[in-house]
Amino acid sequence: MNETSFFDGLIGVASSYAGEIDFLILVVLVSVGVWFIAAEVVFFWLILKFRAKPGEKAQYIDGKDKRHKRWVTRPHFAVLAFDIAIIVISFQVWHHVKIDLPDNPDSELRIIGQQWAWTFQHPGADNVLDTDDDIFTVDDLHVEVGKTYLFRLEATDVLHSFSVPVWRIKQDAIPGRSITGWFQPTEAGAFEVQCAEICGFGHGVMRAEVHVETTGEHTAWMVTNAPAAVANLEVLNNG
Amino acid sequence: MAELATVPVPPPHAGEEDHAHHGPQGWLKYLWSTDHKVIAMQYMFTGMFMAIVGGFMAYVFRMQLAFPGFEVPGFGMVSPGEYNALVTNHGTIMIFWVAMPVLLAAFGNYLIPLMIGADDMVFPKINRLSFQVFFVSTVVILASLFVEGGGFAGAWTAYPPLSASAEYNLTDLGSTLWLVGVGLEFVAFLLGGINFITTLMNSRAPGMRAFDVPVVVWMIVIASILFMLSVGPLLAGAIMLLFDQTIGTGFFDPAAGGDPILWQHLFWFFGHPEVYVVLLPAMGFVAEIMTTFARKKLFAYKTVIFTVVATGVLSFFVWAHHQFIAGIDPRMANIFTITTLLISVPIAELCFVYIATLYGGSITLNTPMLWALAFIAEFLIGGVTGIFLGAAGATIYFHDTYFVLAHFHYTFFPIAIIGTFAAFTYWFPKMFGRMMDDRLGKIHFWGTIIPFNFIFIPLFVLGMGGQHRRIYNYEHFTELAGPGFQNMRVLATVALLVMLLFQLVFFYNCFKSWRSGKRASSNPWRANSLEWTTESPPPHGNWRPDKMPVVYRGPYEYSVPDRDDDHWPQNAPN
Amino acid sequence: MRPIATTRAATGIATGKLAVWWVLASEVVIFGGLLASYVMFRLGHPEWADAAAVTNMKIGAFNTFVLLTSSLTAVLAHQAAERGDGKTAAKFLYMTILGAATFIGVKTYEWWYEISHGYTITSNTFWAFYYSAAGLHAFHVIAGAVIMAFVARDAKRGVELHRVELIGIYWHFVDIVWIFLFPLLYIAK
Ligand code: HEA
Ligand code: HEA
Ligand code: CUA
Ligand SMILES: [Cu+2]
Repeated sequence: MNETSFFDGLIGVASSYAGEIDFLILVVLVSVGVWFIAAEVVFFWLILKFRAKPGEKAQYIDGKDKRHKRWVTRPHFAVLAFDIAIIVISFQVWHHVKIDLPDNPDSELRIIGQQWAWTFQHPGADNVLDTDDDIFTVDDLHVEVGKTYLFRLEATDVLHSFSVPVWRIKQDAIPGRSITGWFQPTEAGAFEVQCAEICGFGHGVMRAEVHVETTGEHTAWMVTNAPAAVANLEVLNNG
Repeated sequence: MAELATVPVPPPHAGEEDHAHHGPQGWLKYLWSTDHKVIAMQYMFTGMFMAIVGGFMAYVFRMQLAFPGFEVPGFGMVSPGEYNALVTNHGTIMIFWVAMPVLLAAFGNYLIPLMIGADDMVFPKINRLSFQVFFVSTVVILASLFVEGGGFAGAWTAYPPLSASAEYNLTDLGSTLWLVGVGLEFVAFLLGGINFITTLMNSRAPGMRAFDVPVVVWMIVIASILFMLSVGPLLAGAIMLLFDQTIGTGFFDPAAGGDPILWQHLFWFFGHPEVYVVLLPAMGFVAEIMTTFARKKLFAYKTVIFTVVATGVLSFFVWAHHQFIAGIDPRMANIFTITTLLISVPIAELCFVYIATLYGGSITLNTPMLWALAFIAEFLIGGVTGIFLGAAGATIYFHDTYFVLAHFHYTFFPIAIIGTFAAFTYWFPKMFGRMMDDRLGKIHFWGTIIPFNFIFIPLFVLGMGGQHRRIYNYEHFTELAGPGFQNMRVLATVALLVMLLFQLVFFYNCFKSWRSGKRASSNPWRANSLEWTTESPPPHGNWRPDKMPVVYRGPYEYSVPDRDDDHWPQNAPN
Repeated sequence: MRPIATTRAATGIATGKLAVWWVLASEVVIFGGLLASYVMFRLGHPEWADAAAVTNMKIGAFNTFVLLTSSLTAVLAHQAAERGDGKTAAKFLYMTILGAATFIGVKTYEWWYEISHGYTITSNTFWAFYYSAAGLHAFHVIAGAVIMAFVARDAKRGVELHRVELIGIYWHFVDIVWIFLFPLLYIAK
């Protein structure tokens, strides 16, 4: 999938909703951009046009006259209209990303932030969390491209924030709570996770990676990293 | 420019004698003075000093970002902990020890009595107490940087649990002193605010009706009210956090039945109104300066006041837009998206009114006017980028990236630096009795404005590229370490260095003008408001007791048709 | 000598009184923030009722009565001051201070009792609120009593009589805060 986005060249687009968020940003950019440019153009034009000239007196306009005032009141209603447009689109995006969780997620994950690493709990071969074959990793998340994931985000000590820029996802993790969210990666590859909430000395190095794999790769990873396999490997190494 | 003759310094009058007899002598006079002008200067110079401190911190961490792993000249190596402490205290100091004292306290103190025709604040001793508390708070915050474990490093927002326990933030005393310092600073501004509000309400010169008051006074007083009504919950929160830190309560500790999010609500319930607390005074300066140098009546005076009040009221209902993804109920985001975007309406109207004021004017582009116009031009960028963040859907991506950072520097810098320079250069003749050098002023202006944009435009781009805040080194993030991004960081830092260099011009200009500038007449700009009707600098008591002004009209009667003079002082009988 | 500014009253309300009202406005939000936080927590933690049951409602009620009475004497002091009778005003103010002292004395006993039974500020978040909110209030009581002592001293000599009213307004506020605290901390189960 190769969506073109307003952020092309700056950052990739790698989740199902990244494009929507980018579209919203574009909408805001255009709506405020129009006003911004209009305001600045008028502003500089006035400065240039009404420079002091010897012997010429300024006009006396107090702005109480309706004919003058409408230059301010009409734009004000127009701004309101733009606001409403932005609000409507923002609502749609927000609902899709943050409120309406997918009904039938393909898999579930648990993500735990602590000073200063991310622990990822994968459901393992049975695709059910909190069973014996769960795979725990530190700073490496393995997911399959095109699948929908539900995640439970937790923290053990202070606030952290799980952010994967290419997915446009971000959610704070709070000790004492478990926050549910979802994502669906659409591009295979390795991407970065940044901790987006200051969490102390090591906040700047609290980096993790998501590995978005094809079905084959992902199954292979699960097999080699299944707790049983790892245990066997350890026996081999030690023995 | 037809200038009035310099008015000779008058003999001391009753007020002054009074102080001369009882008050301390010599330099102590300045420490213990109750004169609002002296207190204003105390705030001004403390704020200026702290701006240098905060600017130095910005210099250190920007150098670290541009050249990670190298020693920063004048500081040394920057460890991750030190980096966080620098960022935290940079933010704290710039807002609470630069923007607030200079915009609100210094100019509020200086201008309110002079502009409403009073000889002082209504409670001079409380005014002095306000500065003294502020001074103590300054000492505390500076001391917090040098204790064992270093300064507080949990961001200026001080979110618990990080801020609540030394186990997490690694500095026991540092975080407590930081909190105490901020708390004391709040108390100082509460004391000051009560003075501002009651002075405006009760001590206006005879004849001065509510709508004859210069806009800047309104703005400062409304800002004080906003501050007063929003800071309370945070003060309560600060007490709770202090207890969490020192005696081990668990208000914000989930393990003890507390809730970390509570702090965020208390903080931002104050935090958002706070941004308008600093915005309004700056908007006020710009109104005074623009009308004076465009020789124009302010377009729709009452609209200005109403938009400001509307902004103030709305500002109490937007706080959670800082917490969209902080784990609050996501449905709440809908409400706060609406209120946040609505606030663009009054502020847009305010901006349009200012722009409309220029229409038909006779504009002189001297230093204060340049600063004032630059304020509008630059603030618009900061304002419109706030809309991106107000749309909750977009904030999923932008939250805590450099996009947010650039957004608020495009608001704060125009307010706290551009606005301050505008006001400082405009009222300098009144404050020090000398004219500033306009040519040096312009050099300083361009040397600040151009680099400013080169610092923060790249930061917008970095933010859109997914760079998060408060990270001391981006080298180990493969997505952020590319040469394109690193070059932008270097560009921002170099621009900062250039800007800092040009500040020397400002200090030189101040010093030179203060020592040997052309003497200022009482009304060098031919402005209307009352402060220009007394000598420069005004004597103790502001006017001779028999010359206390009486007001006949509003402050913006410029270029009135059928009058020869293009200004019409508020106190001129006809 | 006061500045001319202090002698003006464009609103028609004396400056001192205006200032006191603004002080109260800023205090209201401080207590408001604290109590709103408490109420939010309380709704989320029904189990706090057990802790609240430990508090001694009788003592709380007695203290409420003490404070209400002291408010009454503050009103009487104000009336006396209106008449220009500084001596009587001072007498009533001293009685108000006596009420404050009683309140603090009872509070000390109450806290000593609770602390010695193991209910300290760190026991849980209910107790943290209990001690912080009541402590902040007690701090206001003490501060008010101290200021009142100065006002009474002046009133006795017949000067600055208008301050009797100002301190009275403040005192009513302290009283009202307690009227909110008492049911929230002691009664609500
Ligand atoms: C004085 C400083 C100041 C000012 C004035 C503002 C003004 C605004 N701010 Fe900003 N803001 C900050 C300082 C400021 N902010 C700070 C410090 C932070 C970060 C704190 C931290 O996390 O450390 C922040 C963060 C911040 C966030 C949270 C971002 C995040 O962390 O996720 C949001 C979200 O809504 C936001 C929104 C706004 C809005 C909508 C305005 C509005 O008031 C802007 C209104 C103005 C205009 C809109 C321009 C004029 C209008 C037009 C030209 C018409 C065209 C407009 C439309 C069509 C809509 N700001
Ligand atoms: C008023 C507010 C204010 C101001 C003016 C500034 C000014 C600057 N800020 Fe800052 N900044 C904040 C408020 C402010 N900042 C806040 C709140 C944060 C967030 C903190 C946090 O994350 O917790 C922050 C964070 C922050 C960061 C983010 C760090 C990170 O997240 O890792 C960066 C990075 O570049 C930065 C840079 C700068 C720079 C280069 C300037 C330069 O513009 C500085 C240049 C300074 C001067 C040029 C001084 C000039 C003034 C005078 C000479 C005195 C004049 C006085 C009188 C006339 C009386 N700031
Ligand atoms: Cu974890 Cu920042
Ligand atoms: Cu805000």
